Amino acid sequence: MTDNTTPPNPSASAAASQLFAYAPAPESRAVVDLAPSYGLFVDGEFREAAGGKVFKTLSPATEEVLAEVAHAGEEDVEAAVRAARAAFGPWSALPGTERAKYLFRIARVIQERSRELAVLETLDNGKPIRESRDADLPLVAAHFFYYAGWADKLSYAGLGPDPRPLGVAAQVIPWNFPLLMLAWKIAPALAAGNTVVLKPAETTPLSALFFADICRQAGLPKGVVNIVTGDGATGAALVAHPDVNKVAFTGSTAVGRQIARTVAGTDKRLTLELGGKGANIVFEDAPLDQAVEGIVSGIFFNQGQVCCAGSRLLVQESVHDEVLDALKRRLATLRVGDPLDKNTDVGAINSAEQLARITELAEAGEAEGAERWSAPCELPGEGYWFAPTVFTHVSQAHRIAREEIFGPVLSVLTFRTPDEAVAKANNTPYGLSAGIWTEKGSRILQTANQLRAGVVWANTFNKFDPTSPFGGYKESGYGREGGRHGLEAYLEHA
Amino acid sequence: MSTPETSRGRLAVLKTYKLYVGGKFPRSESGRVYEVTAATSAAGAAGKGQWLANAPLASRKDARDAVVAARKAFGGWSGATAYNRGQVLYRVAEMLEGRRQQFAAEVTAAEGLSKAKAQAAVDAAIDRWVWYAGWSDKLAQVVGGANPVAGPFFNLSTPEPTGVVAVLAPQRSSLLGLVSVLAPVLVSGNTAVVVTSRNAPLPALSLAEVLATSDLPGGVVNVLSGDTAELARPLAAHADVQAVDLAGAEGGLAAELEAAAAENLKRVLRPAAQDPDWSAQPGLERMTAFLETKTVWHPVGA
Repeated sequence: MTDNTTPPNPSASAAASQLFAYAPAPESRAVVDLAPSYGLFVDGEFREAAGGKVFKTLSPATEEVLAEVAHAGEEDVEAAVRAARAAFGPWSALPGTERAKYLFRIARVIQERSRELAVLETLDNGKPIRESRDADLPLVAAHFFYYAGWADKLSYAGLGPDPRPLGVAAQVIPWNFPLLMLAWKIAPALAAGNTVVLKPAETTPLSALFFADICRQAGLPKGVVNIVTGDGATGAALVAHPDVNKVAFTGSTAVGRQIARTVAGTDKRLTLELGGKGANIVFEDAPLDQAVEGIVSGIFFNQGQVCCAGSRLLVQESVHDEVLDALKRRLATLRVGDPLDKNTDVGAINSAEQLARITELAEAGEAEGAERWSAPCELPGEGYWFAPTVFTHVSQAHRIAREEIFGPVLSVLTFRTPDEAVAKANNTPYGLSAGIWTEKGSRILQTANQLRAGVVWANTFNKFDPTSPFGGYKESGYGREGGRHGLEAYLEHA
Repeated sequence: MSTPETSRGRLAVLKTYKLYVGGKFPRSESGRVYEVTAATSAAGAAGKGQWLANAPLASRKDARDAVVAARKAFGGWSGATAYNRGQVLYRVAEMLEGRRQQFAAEVTAAEGLSKAKAQAAVDAAIDRWVWYAGWSDKLAQVVGGANPVAGPFFNLSTPEPTGVVAVLAPQRSSLLGLVSVLAPVLVSGNTAVVVTSRNAPLPALSLAEVLATSDLPGGVVNVLSGDTAELARPLAAHADVQAVDLAGAEGGLAAELEAAAAENLKRVLRPAAQDPDWSAQPGLERMTAFLETKTVWHPVGA
């Protein structure tokens, strides 16, 4: 770059970006064979809901109806729990090695069918195929592979020489990572010898029902895994069922609170993985280019619909302008649109309801005086979309700094000293995740020590692994998923 | 405890039992007391039903003050080295050892045990402090460690204390039961607000004197005597309490407190279905119930 002294011509560079625009690169839908309707999976068989009720599941990118799904009522929940109870005796009595082999089989079938499942997940959830293909599905298979290996090694889990399974696990999961959350719940439960009734989210039921078919292919004994689809009432009935021994929930803090009250006074064990308002702290000595990439993946991965999203950017005052300029430049290059396109970075918001919540909170941000900036991108005419958005001049009192938005909206705050950064980061009822960006090792360790959060990513963000315990402090819930710690939620010390 | 040793013609000096809050020994701000009576007629102790002392009947305000003290002490105690916390807990055992006979007499009167059984309970309580003291710098290696993630990352999980823990001490085992629930909360760096046994509070209030002379920073343990439900309700609902141990909650109270604790998602350790055998060797459960796991990631690369 020795002789390039003329400033770049803006119109020429715009023309160049048109010239070199990406051609559409859609992943084929043909790999998924969608039936017009799906039943509940109870005792190894698909069946209609007792009351005959159904609901529709949409593609949030197009609002196209993908399928009709059975809506489980109390009678169906009863049948599913009964099936799980009946299966518990034989399943828990199986030698661990045999349980392990079933789980290894499941992991392998998931790997074999991962393209199909990735496309399905993208259709039902709206997330970019690049993420479902490269993040969700590999992690799903890895999770089953990891916990499979524990099934015959439970006496080494630090829970006594002969830890016992709890019984029937009621599991309620969210829509942001439908199949991955299923894996986080089902893999450790089964490895420990429990049987499960799982309720997927209302807006993303399909991958759980495809998983039921995988259980069939793997020859899993009937009743060990039961899937009941439905809405919040279905989940509430499942959690409250008296013959359930364990409740595991991932979702909002408000619902988690309600479940904790429901379970109070019973013998049911409970683990909760709830909301967050993660602080991503950028110190002035950070590698800024990497930090910008980390900020982007922290809040725009999965459209920001991530409980551990880095939704509060805490940037040191001295580098605020530099970071924000670089961030906006980078955000302008994000490709928002068709989730099935392999070049898409940001897909659709999962539902009209979620889009309304994001929109409402973003409006509150403006009304309270924060400055709004959105990436210049064209949004499709149909479906649920929200442009990547950054708020500056945010104070700690603003709703957008306190409440979980669960969308592609970043709130930027500043700090001067490391102590101030930690104080602001911890100034939240949540405590799920945090990020630290600095080249100084001792500062990373000191800051990580002081942050009250269950997962701290230093010079990286949004990394997950089945061996790595995940879960929150404070009102982000209790219990851990992943690793040896994840087994504790499904075993009785003995 | 009152020991009316008038036999040799000397009138005993009675102790005024007080609360222990923020390293100080206040009376209840409410000015209330309640009568504590003996549970035994064993020889050498006060007769069954005989007046032992007036214990402070702590109030909701005392409970809130205790939470403030425990919160203030949390940073220092959780930030102390594990070696230091271990030495402090061991120091508690040393101080208690020197007062074995006093505590044996108090436990005899409080629980109605024979002298020998009371002494055994005190000895077990002393040994329990020693057992937990040794855990301070071993727990992290047993329940934490490196995670072999599939990628170029350093990934480490470590246990951290949950925060301020409200401890409802067992109702019957006035000293051994109390130590068995308190020591595991402290060893990992939590701070505690203890509600003593309703009817047998005196050993707990005397234990506070031991804690105060054991290098334990003020506020790390706060001891309240009084009506269990009256004190437990504000603690279970308190937004700056992170966990509750319901060992001393009987009947329907445990369920009520657990529901109240849901408001800020406190960690809840439920009471055992039956009175536990407090003399049995404990496992890790009472420690891990009040731990958080923090996992830190960092890329590996040049």
